[in-house]
Parts: sequence; C-alpha cells; structure tokens
Amino acid sequence: MAQAVVTAGSSAVAPHGGDHSHDTNTGVSNSKLGIWLFLSSEALFFGAFISTYFLYRGRDAQFLKGPTPDKLLNIPFTSVTSFVLLMSSLTMVLALAAIQRGDHRRLRIWLLATALFGATFIGGQVYEFTEFYRKGLHLGTNMFGTTFFVLTGLHGAHVTIGIIWLLLLWGRSMQGRLPAEKSEAIEIAGLYWHFVDVVWIFIFTAIYLIPTH
Amino acid sequence: MTTVEDTTAIVQAPERRVRILERPQATTGKFSWVTTVDHKKIAIMYATLALFFFCVGGIEALFIRLQLAQPNGTILSAARYNEFFTMHGTTMVFLLGMPIAAAFGNYLVPLMIGARDVAFPRLNMLGFWVFAFGGFFLYSSFALGGAPNGGWFGYAPLTSTPLANGYLPGRGTDFWTVGLIMLGIGSVATAVNFLVTILNLRAPGMTMMRMPVFVWMMLVIAFLTLFAMPPVTAALIMVFMDRNFHTNFFNAAAGGDPLMYQNLFWIFGHPEVYILILPGMGIVSEILPVFSRKPLFGYRVVVMSGIAIGFLGWGVWAHHMFASGLGPIAVSAFGLSTMLIAIPTGVKIFNWLATVWGGAVRLRTPMLFALGFIAQFTIGGLSGVMHSIVPSDTQQTDTYFVVAHFHYVLFGGLVFAVFGGFYYWWPKVFGKMLNEKMGKLNFWLMVIGFNLTFFPMHFLGFEGQPRRTYTYPSGMGWDTLNLLATIGAFIIAMSVLVFLVNVIFTARRGEKVGHDPWDARTLEWSIPSPPPEYNFAVVPVVTSLDDYWHHKYTEDDEGRLVKLPTGGAGEEEELIPAGFDPHSIHMPSPSYWPLIFAMALPIMGYGFVFKNWYLLAVGVVIAFFGLNGWAIEPSTDPEPSGTEAH
Repeated sequence: MAQAVVTAGSSAVAPHGGDHSHDTNTGVSNSKLGIWLFLSSEALFFGAFISTYFLYRGRDAQFLKGPTPDKLLNIPFTSVTSFVLLMSSLTMVLALAAIQRGDHRRLRIWLLATALFGATFIGGQVYEFTEFYRKGLHLGTNMFGTTFFVLTGLHGAHVTIGIIWLLLLWGRSMQGRLPAEKSEAIEIAGLYWHFVDVVWIFIFTAIYLIPTH
Repeated sequence: MTTVEDTTAIVQAPERRVRILERPQATTGKFSWVTTVDHKKIAIMYATLALFFFCVGGIEALFIRLQLAQPNGTILSAARYNEFFTMHGTTMVFLLGMPIAAAFGNYLVPLMIGARDVAFPRLNMLGFWVFAFGGFFLYSSFALGGAPNGGWFGYAPLTSTPLANGYLPGRGTDFWTVGLIMLGIGSVATAVNFLVTILNLRAPGMTMMRMPVFVWMMLVIAFLTLFAMPPVTAALIMVFMDRNFHTNFFNAAAGGDPLMYQNLFWIFGHPEVYILILPGMGIVSEILPVFSRKPLFGYRVVVMSGIAIGFLGWGVWAHHMFASGLGPIAVSAFGLSTMLIAIPTGVKIFNWLATVWGGAVRLRTPMLFALGFIAQFTIGGLSGVMHSIVPSDTQQTDTYFVVAHFHYVLFGGLVFAVFGGFYYWWPKVFGKMLNEKMGKLNFWLMVIGFNLTFFPMHFLGFEGQPRRTYTYPSGMGWDTLNLLATIGAFIIAMSVLVFLVNVIFTARRGEKVGHDPWDARTLEWSIPSPPPEYNFAVVPVVTSLDDYWHHKYTEDDEGRLVKLPTGGAGEEEELIPAGFDPHSIHMPSPSYWPLIFAMALPIMGYGFVFKNWYLLAVGVVIAFFGLNGWAIEPSTDPEPSGTEAH
C-alpha cells in the first residue's frame, strides 16, 4: 500500500526549503504562512497596548498633573511624518515588483528609499519625544505620558527593526546574493513593513485624531 | 547522514570560503546536540531539561510541604517561602508544562503526519535554546539578588510598585518579568513552527480529519499560544516599566487600574490552562485505543470538542477574578461561559470511557497512567465547574480548595498523561522498553501519593486554610490533613525516583523491542525504533484514519479483526526498502546561528534587570549578528557530492 514516492536525486525535503516550497498542503509557502501567523500574534501585542491606551484616556482627570495631549500634540507635523511612513509602503511594493522583474538596480533604490522614509518617520518621533519631554511630559507625569511613550515607543522599535532588516537585504543584494528566485525574502520583509504601517494608522487615529473629550 | 567521506569532500571543496563560524557538519557525537536541528534530538533535549525543572520545582514543593507539615513551621522563613511558592508555580507552568508539550509535539508531530522534519528546523532549535537560557536566567536570580516572590501570576500593584517603596524587595520581580517575556518569545516561535508544520507538511492523503488526535491538540495549543502570549507580554512590559521607569499603568493613585493587569494576565492565563492540558488529552487519546484494541470512540467529536475548548477558552478568564468586584453582569456572563466550557470537556471524558468500554483492555503501564488521568482529571474538572457558581467561588478564592482543584487538573491530568506518554513512546524513541514492574510501582506510588497530597486540600480549603501563607497556628483543625498532604508529597517524590531508576536501568539492560511493540495504530510505529534521521525512507501515502492499523488488520463479515499477511509493514528488515540510499534524502544542516541569537537574550535580560545599558547593547549586537548569519545561511547546505544544487 505504502507506495514509494522517492524521485531519484531529488531533494526529498523539498517542502522544507524556504525558497522553493510550492508543494505544501495549503499552497502557501512555509515562510509566508509563518510570517502571517507571527504578524497575527503581533496584532494582539499592539492590541493590548492600544486597548490600554483607550481604557486610561482621561481617567486621571481628578489628579491631573503636567501637560495634557491637547497642549502637546502637533497634529500637522505628525501627519506629515505619518504620510512619509505610509508612502514607504508604496516604495516597498515597488521594491518587490523590481526584484520579481529581475531589476536589481531598482530593487536596491526602492529598498533604500523605504529605509530612508522609515528613518524620516523615526526622526520625527525622536523630535516629538524630545519636544514633549522639554515641555514637561515624562513617563510618570500622567496617564497620557505613561501610555503615549510606551505605545508609540514600542511601535518605533518595530519600525527600527524593519529599517535594519531592509538595510541587511540591501547589503545582500549589493553582494549579489539576492537573486530573483529569492524574491520571497523581499516579500516577507514587505509583509512585516506593511503590518507596522497599518498598526501606525490605528495608533495615529487613536492618539491624534479621536478627541479626548 | 553525513558520512566520513562526505565530510572530507566538503573540507576539500576549493570554492568553500573558510569563515570564523564554519557551518557545523557533524550529526553524531556529543557536540552535535548543541547544533542539531533534528526535531527528534531537540525533542529529547526538551524532555530532559523539562524533567530536570520538574525535579527542581518538585523539590521546592517538598520544602513547602515540610514547612506546612506542622503548625508554626520553621523550616523556611516567610521570605524564602514566598520565593519557593512563586518559583514552584512559575517552574511547573513555564519550565515543565509548556516545554514538555514542545517535547512530545516535536518528536511526534512530524512522525504522525508523515513528514521528515518540522517546517523551520532552525526556529525549532531556537525555541529549545531560548527555553534553556530562559530557565537558567530565571533561576540565576537566587544568586543575583533574590528570586521572584510575587506569585506565579505576579499581581499588580504588588509587583509593579517601584523598588524604592519596597513592596517586593530584591530583583526577583524583574527577573520574573524579563524571564517570562524571554520564554514567551521562544513559545511563539515554537507555536509558529508547529502551525506551519501541521498545516503544510502532511504526507499525501493525510487530510486534516485523518490526523491523530494528538496532532489536532498540538494545532489547537499552537493557536492558543500564538494569541495568548502577546497580552501577557504587554502586561509584563507594563509591570517592568512601572517598577523601573515610574510609569503608572497599575498605580491607582495616578489613574492606573490594577484590574487591567488581572484582565491582561488572565486573558493569557486561562488559555494557558488549556495549553497545558490539551497535549495531555492528546496523549491519552493515543494511548487508550491502542490498549483497548478499538478505534477512538467518536474521533470527530473528540477533535471538535478540542477545537471548541480552544475557542471557549478565550471567554472564561474573569472566573479567576470573581472576588475582585467586577459587578453582577460580568460575573454572571463569565460564570455561564465557565459552565459552557465544561460541556466539550465532559464530552471528551465520555468518549474516552466509550473507547475503553468493551475493548480487549491490556493494563500495561501507559494504560494505567491514561486511566488515572481520566479519573483524576474528572475530579479536577468537577471541582472546576464548582467555581462557575460565583458565590461558592467567592468562598473558595485563595483557599487550599483552589490548590486542590488545579493540581487535580495539572498533576492528576497533565503529569499523569506525560508519564503515560513516556512509557508508551519510550520504545519508539530509544528502541528499548521501560521496565514494566518498575512502571507499575511508579504508577501506584504516584496515584497514592498524589491523592494523599491533594485530596485533603479540598477539606483544608473548606475549613478556610489560605493559600500562599507560610505558616498557620495550631488549633485550627488543619494539623492532621496537612501532615497527610506532606506524607503524600514524599510518596510522589519516591514515585519520580522509581521512574529515574527505571530510566537508568532500561538504558543499561533494557529489553530491546521491535518497531511496533504495542501493536499500535499511528504512522510513527511503521518506521524503525529509534527512527532514522530522515524518519521515513519512503514518504507514506495515507488512505484512512489510523492508517498503519489498516495495513495490519481488516475485519471479516462479522466485524471481527483479521490480521493481514505482512505486506508493507512486516519484519524489521523490510521497514527500509532494499536498495534505499539514505543519501538521496537531503536533510536540513546543523547550525550555530539560532544558538547565538538565543544566547543574546539572557545578556539583554541581565542588561534590563540591572539597568546596565552596555550589557543591553552587547546583547542587541549579538542578536543581530545571529539573525543576520541565520538569514544568509541556507536552511540546507548544497549536496556535498554536488549532484544537484538545491
């Protein structure tokens, strides 16, 4: 009954290789399924912090100390850096399209552009944090300080990891070690990058767009 | 896999660049265990280390029981007692329960679904080393400024109040938060790996509804782990920030809400209970049919009940918080959902009983443990349903009744299933049968010791003895029952000793057995014992549930079993087809990188605990070094002989 299905010389662990896994049970490659599952876990991580933010909004009115969000938030400024971050998703898509065409020069340009846009966003965040700190908002000043710095700080850490990831991919491409067959490496980094962008849309809406009162 | 010839061929290959960290090649020898990506070796390491921590946590429990054996005990100081019960709970949940599931899952899932390894062998390796480093990181706190002492659930604001205010002195709580975050990273990695393996790597014909129940249970707990770890990680980060950086997440005096901690913790904590027990249910569902010589009664219903538990498990967390004043509506809703989840659990118990009913039962050691599981888990389940009656729960909260309840589920349930699993799969893993006489002694000592320890605690709870209190005065009427419990605990320790002696005895002069000593049903028994590195010489084609059984037996017109002539599954030498060349199978290669990344985590952890930012930076650099090397290295080295570049 148990027929032999060993094709001579073939890689019998084919479904295990990250790059050539088209013959999986689901039809989705292992790496892609893996990153989707990981991102679903990350979604709950940010979900916990965003719900905490909403729960604590304005709850400290009776013992309020220090500056409040309406005196601190510079909505036009953060809108611009947010726009830059969202545009980096576009350049990420262009990078993927480039490697799928085999256009390695453009791949590297778009990778660098994505990393640069991400770094611009992080630069804006550093400026914003410094500005708030100068105006007297510390981690322990009030509930806004507590929830704002931790939530946006963790998001910023995720963007930073993404930037390093993109730069490592750029370095591999420069060494000629990222051929068109390995475009999935770009796709997976892209999924992470888009996820971090989408999370920012939620955070931006929660903190900057929904009025406190 | 890699023979001597191959190794020399690699060394001599002129185009191969010599790097500082040349990829390890050896798949045999002591050092190969450090770099192995073989799911079976990783499973053995998981089980060994988990058993080690089981003994450590057990010794802590023995000290606790010695302290409580008599009123006004003086064996432990109050501070040491706090450390011991905190570390006992933390150890048993995070360093025994979760890794032992990873051990069984790692060994069995690929074998049961007809795969040659897991989907991400190096991620698998990472999971193990994070567990190892995380466990020793937690325990290093005893030497580095005090162990965790705020309970395994670490309620805020007790844990989150800044050090200076001195609620919980010492660095223990910081070790606890950072250590659990670290272990959580490993658990999520392992969960992703199991999910992709089960969803993607099944052999031809192995549809979802032909998977053994154990594989189904691993699928459910992998989903639970994936979604339960993030909320608790968030809660732990908040506690760490409150304690060290003066945030106010759980500081009521500044607008924070301690109840938020309880919510975040138990949204993790209750699914965690199912993460711990479902693998046990899976193991028992494999053992009972084999030793009853009947298929599992109502396979589909058992699977669906497992899935139902997985979903309902998300809606019951607040029954841990009935005493916290949630208000009548929330309390009623969670009371009802707690009653609801008892239904799929009860369904499973009846299915197991119906499996044994009318079977040709063989009372071998694995079967004894499985039957012990059913009886004791049922008792623990019944005392659990009692907690859905809110007024009754309010009385029982923080008493020994709760201690009795969850030990009946986790010890009487999970630990019994795990020992049954050891006796059942030992011949598969090592090719030798554990001694049956010692096995029965192990079982009976454990049953007697376990029930003697924990059954009296029901009464102690009703009589009002509080949990987590280091001593009690005489004259409360608790003396005799506490002494009994302590005697029971030492009988449990004896039963574990018998098991360890059995392991050593079996290794020295155990009886060698064939590939299928129990006449079992699932795919792992169709290959040699111990299995070769590549598991299946020929990838099986599956045509039914319990496929291997149907290769051995069929039914005649009157429904009686008829043994088939040995065809595909016969004598030992026929297991591997003639002319089969193991080199035609290309297995993932060993690696250093996951180990390097895992090593970076405790370095970063010490950086956080001692607020030493240089140490933290060193850890971050090592982590990126490890990740980058990992990303560049292909999962499988090119074929050494160069027949086909993959």
